[in-house]
Order: sequence, then C-alpha cells, then structure tokens
Amino acid sequence: MKVLMFGWEFPPHISGGLGTACYGLTKGLANNGVEVLFVMPTATGDEDKSAVSIIDASEIEVSESCRNVRDFLEKVQFIRIGSNLIPYIDPQEFTEMLSNLQQGQIEEFKLGFGQKYKFSGKYGKTLMEEVVRYALVGAEIALRNDFDVIHAHDWLTYLAGVAAKRVSGKPLVVHMHATEFDRSGNNINTEVFDIEKMGMREADRVVAVSHLTRNIILNKYGINPEKVITVHNAVDFQGFEHLHIERGVPEQIVTFLGRITYQKGPEYFIEAANKVIKRYPNVRFVMAGNGDLLKRCIRRVAKLGIAHKFHFTGFLRGGEVKQMFAYSDVYVMPSVSEPFGISPLEAMRSNVPTIISKQSGVAEVLRHAIKVDFWDIDAMADSIYALLAYPALSAMSVKHGLNEVNSLKWDAAAYRVSEIYSAIIKK
Amino acid sequence: MEKSICFYFQVHQPDRLRLYRFFDIGRESHYFDDFANRTILRRVAERCYLPANSLLLELIKKYNGAFKVAFSISGVAIEQFERYAPEVISSFRELAKTGCVEFLAETYSHSLASLISPAEFKEQVMIQSSKIESLFGFKPAVFRNTELIYSDLIGSMVSDMGFTAMLTEGAKHILGWKSPNYLYTNAINPRLKLLLKNFNLSDDIAFRFSNRAWSNWPLTSDKYVTWISDTLAKDDIVNLFMDYETFGEHQSASTGIFEFMRHLPEAVLSRTNVTFDTPSQVCAKHQPVAPLHVPFPISWADEERDTSAWLGNELQNEAFNKLYSAESDVRRVNDPKLLSDFRRLQESDHFYYMCTKFFSDGAVHSYFNPYDTPYEAFINYMNVLSDFLLRVEKALPTAPPISGTVIAQRNGSKKAEAPLKAQKSKLKAKPKTGMVANPKAGDKKPKSKPKSGK
Repeated sequence: MKVLMFGWEFPPHISGGLGTACYGLTKGLANNGVEVLFVMPTATGDEDKSAVSIIDASEIEVSESCRNVRDFLEKVQFIRIGSNLIPYIDPQEFTEMLSNLQQGQIEEFKLGFGQKYKFSGKYGKTLMEEVVRYALVGAEIALRNDFDVIHAHDWLTYLAGVAAKRVSGKPLVVHMHATEFDRSGNNINTEVFDIEKMGMREADRVVAVSHLTRNIILNKYGINPEKVITVHNAVDFQGFEHLHIERGVPEQIVTFLGRITYQKGPEYFIEAANKVIKRYPNVRFVMAGNGDLLKRCIRRVAKLGIAHKFHFTGFLRGGEVKQMFAYSDVYVMPSVSEPFGISPLEAMRSNVPTIISKQSGVAEVLRHAIKVDFWDIDAMADSIYALLAYPALSAMSVKHGLNEVNSLKWDAAAYRVSEIYSAIIKK
Repeated sequence: MEKSICFYFQVHQPDRLRLYRFFDIGRESHYFDDFANRTILRRVAERCYLPANSLLLELIKKYNGAFKVAFSISGVAIEQFERYAPEVISSFRELAKTGCVEFLAETYSHSLASLISPAEFKEQVMIQSSKIESLFGFKPAVFRNTELIYSDLIGSMVSDMGFTAMLTEGAKHILGWKSPNYLYTNAINPRLKLLLKNFNLSDDIAFRFSNRAWSNWPLTSDKYVTWISDTLAKDDIVNLFMDYETFGEHQSASTGIFEFMRHLPEAVLSRTNVTFDTPSQVCAKHQPVAPLHVPFPISWADEERDTSAWLGNELQNEAFNKLYSAESDVRRVNDPKLLSDFRRLQESDHFYYMCTKFFSDGAVHSYFNPYDTPYEAFINYMNVLSDFLLRVEKALPTAPPISGTVIAQRNGSKKAEAPLKAQKSKLKAKPKTGMVANPKAGDKKPKSKPKSGK
C-alpha cells in the first residue's frame, strides 16, 4: 500500500504540533508496512527520510495538463492573499504583520504555469497564496506518481488533497488536527472554515484526533458521522532525558506552559492560583509562554495582589521547556478547547503530576491525570491543592501516568489509519 | 443426611461524602451529602428493601417456617433507615418476629478495622450487636465481616469475642481442590466454624441473572434448583451470600428477580432432603470437615478475592493509614460527634471509590461509584479527613507541655513514663526537645497547612 501524504511541515523544521504528529504517524505507518510519499511545501534536505520519501513541492514544475484542477481552483478564488489568518505565529510578529498589511497594497495573485514556485512553508502573510499554489503542485505530483490513497493534514493541505483526488481519482483521507473553532473560538475565519468544510466533504474519510474534535466536525461542519473516525494521537519520546535541577526556591511550583491565548485558558489558571495562594502558603505559580492575553494576565495578577507568588517567564525554547518541567511540582493545562494536547504528556513523561481540562482531546486517553472543567476554578484549585498537600496522590499519579504515556504508541495509531486506508481502497 | 441451603443477604448503604473543597477545611465540618444519601436510600427502600421484605414475609408465612434467611445490616445503614425510612426498620421487625430470620453481627460502620485495629474492630462489633439486639430482640451469634474479609487472625479474634461461626468467601485460591459446600473451622481456634460462600451459584443470581449475553439466560427457579440439587447430591451445604440490593436494585424488578425468588422455595422444598437453614442452624446440623488455613485476608470482591479493592493502591493506603493514625487521639477526646464522624469515615466504600482497578475491572465498580475517577475520590476524602484531623487536634484535652512529654516518650525517654507530677520541673524544657526532635516535618510543611504532622 502506498499513500501520497500532504503535510505542511516535518521535523526538524517545525513550529507547531502538526509536524511532530506527521512524523510520528509516518514512522508508525512504515512499521505497519505502508509506504509514504510525503509532500511538503519546502524541504531542506535534513528531514529524517528513514520512514518516508519526501517530495519538495518547491521543486515541482506545474504543467498545462492540470487544467481541470485549475477549474476547480477558480471556484475557490474567494481566497485572496492579505487575509491575516496565520495559525501558529508569535503574537508580536502578528501585530507587526497586521500593520504592514494595512499599510501595503493587497495584491492579487495569479496562477502561473511552467514554473517552479518557491514556497516559504511558513505560516506567513502569503499563506493563502501558498495554500492555493500548493494545491496546484499537489495535482502535478499526483499525476507523476503512483499511489493508492491520498492523506492530507490540516486545512493548509486540503486543497492539495482535493486537487490530487480530482486528477487521480484515488480516495482521499483528510486529517483534522485542529479545527478553526479550536484556533479562534467562535470568531472564526470563514475562509479557513470553508476550506476545512470543503476538504471534509470531498474526502472519503475524515480522521479526527479526538472525540472532542469529532463532535465539532459533526456539529459545526455538518459532516456525515459515518465517515468521521477518531484516531487519537500518540507520542514519541525516543531519546528523552530526565533533567535533575536544583531549585532556587523552597516552595512547590505549579506551572502553566503554552501560548497565552484564549484557547489555552490562562485566566482560569490565575483565578485558581489566587484561591490556592490564599490557603496554602508554600507554593509559587509560573506562567510560561507568550500570547495576546499576556498583558491582561499580568494586570490581573497585579490586581489580585499575588504577584509575589505568581511569575511570568515569557516564551520558552525547547531546552528551557524541559527545564521548566523539571522545576515543576504540578502542571496545569486549563485549555478551553484543545483538539488533542501533547504538553500534558510531556509533563507526565517528566514525572510531573498533571491537571488537564475535560475540554481537551488528551483527556480521552489519560486516566491518571486529574481532569476538571476549564471553567471550574474551584475544582482546579482543589486539585492543585491536593497534588501539593497529599504526596500519595502525586506519587501515584506520576507512577501510573508515566506507564500510561509510554503506552501511547504511534504504531497503534498508524495501524488504525492503515485500516481506514484499506477500507476505502477496497471500495 | 439432610442437606442445607443457606441464604444470607447483606444490607448496607454508605454515607456518601459531599463535594468538599479544600477551602472548607477548618471552616465547615459537615461532611456528608445528605441529599444524595436520602434520595438513594429512599429509592433503594422503595425498589428493594420494602418489596423484598414483604416478599420474604409472604414466603415465610406460606411455607410455615420452612423458608429461612439471614441478614446482616450495617449500623450506618440502620441509622440511615431511622433517619430517612423508618418503615424499613418496621418491616425488618416483622420478619424478625417470624423466628425464621437470623441477624448476623458485623462492624458497625461497615469498616475495614479488622485489618488494622483490633480495639476499634471489637468495639464496633459490640455496638453493632447491641444495636441489633435492641431493635430486633435477637442477639447475633454468628459473625460476618465487612465484604466477607477473613483471615486466620481475624477468625480467632472473632472467636475470642464469643461468636460460634463466621461467614466468608469460598475463595478458589484458598480452597484449591476443596469444596466450599461444607462446614470448616478456623485454623487457630477450631471452635469457630466457617461457612463459605458458593460464589458460582450466588453470582448466578447476584450478577448474571439479567445478563442476556449469558448462555443460561433466562434463569428460571427450576433450572436453578437443578443446579443446586446437582451440587447437593454430593455436598452438604450451599451458601448463597449476596447483597440484598440484588433484589430490585442491581437486578431491577422488570428482570423478574422477584418472581424468581417467589418460586424458588417451592422448587426447593419439593425435593425432600433439602431444607433452608440459617447459619446457626447449619452449624448445628452439620459437622465441620477440616480447618481452613487463610494466612492472608480474603474477601468476596473481584477476581482476586483479596483486599485490593479497598487497600490496593497508594491512595487507598495513604487515606486508610492517615485515618487510623487518629484513632488513639479520637479515643482520648471522646467526643460523640467526632467519634461518629470517625466511624463513618471508616466505611469501606470510601476506599472502594479510590480503587484504580475499575479501569480494567469494569461494570461492578463504576456502578457503585459516585466519583468519575479514583483521584477525585481521594482528593475529596483527604480534604474531609484533613478537616477531621484538625478538629481532633483542636479538641485534644492535653496542654502543650504534656504533648512535649509524649514526643519525648516516643523518642524513647524513660523519664517521661514516670508520673507527671515528678516531671513538672523538667517539663518546661521538654517542648523544645520535642520541636528539635521533629525538625524535618517542621521544615517542610508550614504549620498552617492542615495535613501537617498527623
């Protein structure tokens, strides 16, 4: 079995969880005997090719034979560059970019043939243009290669997936790692929503990373439930090392780590922290990360008068993240909406007991994390307190949590995906 | 020789805890979810206790005393009946009057005290026995421990308290090739007889009765009696031990469980040599065949038939040990309200809710569990326990110098054992020794932290 897979990023060059997930899945598929042709906008050559053949879309010339795809793409001409939808961007960059856009002209783009297009492969301001061009190249790649099934990851690649299906007639699987509702709450970008919906309608199967995501797909996009299948993500901790760090403060540390945005629920963390600090002196809270709610959070902490116990670190890079986990006694992920959520797994892997919101996909696969509703700050405070004050609880949670995290294997997830392939190929 | 069928039903309802946040610690000391407890008790009374009692009464009258059963009713359940459904007590009284019902002794608060504190265990059994006697005019002579927990030591303890027989599980790993369908004796004190539950035949009613995936569904009285008589062709006794809530609650009335029970006596009694007997009568009729060696505690729960459903993980052990660490202090304070809370916090159900086995051991556990996860159960229980321990600490009559003496005593000071008066002059220095003696505990945990120390 051979699959043509469209992704947007691949390790080592990643900016979100998507690349990591694609990497894990392709490796798992290889172990299940599925051959993967992985297409990405721009390859740098240092990707791990042990499990996949990588096609660099920037190296592909688009030929005239893709005319029917062009027709299809004209229908999605509502897409204009200049739309400021950038899913995984640093908020500061975002503000700069927005002001640039407002100053500059909004350019139309034209579809060119007979030439290569140099993709940036980033989530920059030409994102929409790249998405459409990627689709064109995708069709070309589909013409030139032989495969049994197409698999497209997240909305960025859906047009490419659909285009490839149009020219090849092969079945299409689209993979929802996050929906527009997860990224933006209810103020969605309708263009992205339309691409997501179109991709899922055209697809033969939709893979959702959690039941939570599946429900959003059914309820908000109105996709036929029969073709939406949940395959939970897994995690690959090969080469993971434990850090041992001497702590500078005597207090126990409770950590929030993630983008400080609406989706991640940082404000609930602050309110819960306030409740704990009032009753339990031996604790400090840390909020690590950056985001558009950061300033508001700092103001709130100051207003509550807990700033001497509540600290902000700003954005943390890879090594610092590991350090932060090593410092922590409790990790909290109070996400308002989280399609899956890898970071609790990283925390548990670092032996940090973890509290996660029930509104996260990862809550469906973890039994040894403590689960609360994101809005229930009393329950959150109570759980934080319990993990700090009752050592038996954290010991137990850590011990079993580690086993549990280690049992979430990509091979198992990939097996389920390969079953989905088989089902639609036979059809 | 006559063969016996022995029915014993367990009646118990736990005092479920309310949602108790850590903010409440030290502020609010009402621990129980009165609304849930009342609602559930009234529901079970209507579906099970009342209709089942009236059915048993009807059967006893119909067969003129040939149909007999035994009950064990936990003290905390009796308290709930008195509070929320006194008519249930009256209907048990009606049954007691027939003389065909035996009441067994157990621990008052359905506790696991037999595993940790002989003193508390004996006291609870005594209160329970006198409660039963005062309500039903029947002095229990046979004992059944919480969840049928039994070991050689527990058995000998029970024997020392004057009981003649005890009920426990016919656990396979204990019996090996032996059959549960005979009378056995305690390995230490052979005067204590043991009745073993036939778990196959008991669970056919208690767990499998309504299971349509079961190859023997639907189970009729006649079919069931064939199984019993097959068993009794060789063996002496069939002990059918189960939760009373099987009738109408676990197996709802619509499954036909009441009709099954209604026809069972007739089907049995039509076979001449089989009679219904209460545990005491079984002991009088039959001779024990052998002593039974049970070095480690067994119970009637789960596949393992051990105590791991209550004390199988770190959470349960921590909560359990913390609770009983306060036992001596509670006794010293001797405050009725504290003692009552102490007893109710001992109910085995609280520890059952913290069991992580139900992740694999499915249906039975989740059915009985008000919490989503064992972690929530533990957090809630520990919050309550923290408050309870604070109250005990506050109520302790002793002044600080004396607690210094106690610490010194714990640290092996012989002087502290001498009469207090003689030590008065030295006592002033003692508190300091006490503080220094426990520097680690003092450093790590600030004093305001509720759980500190004890």
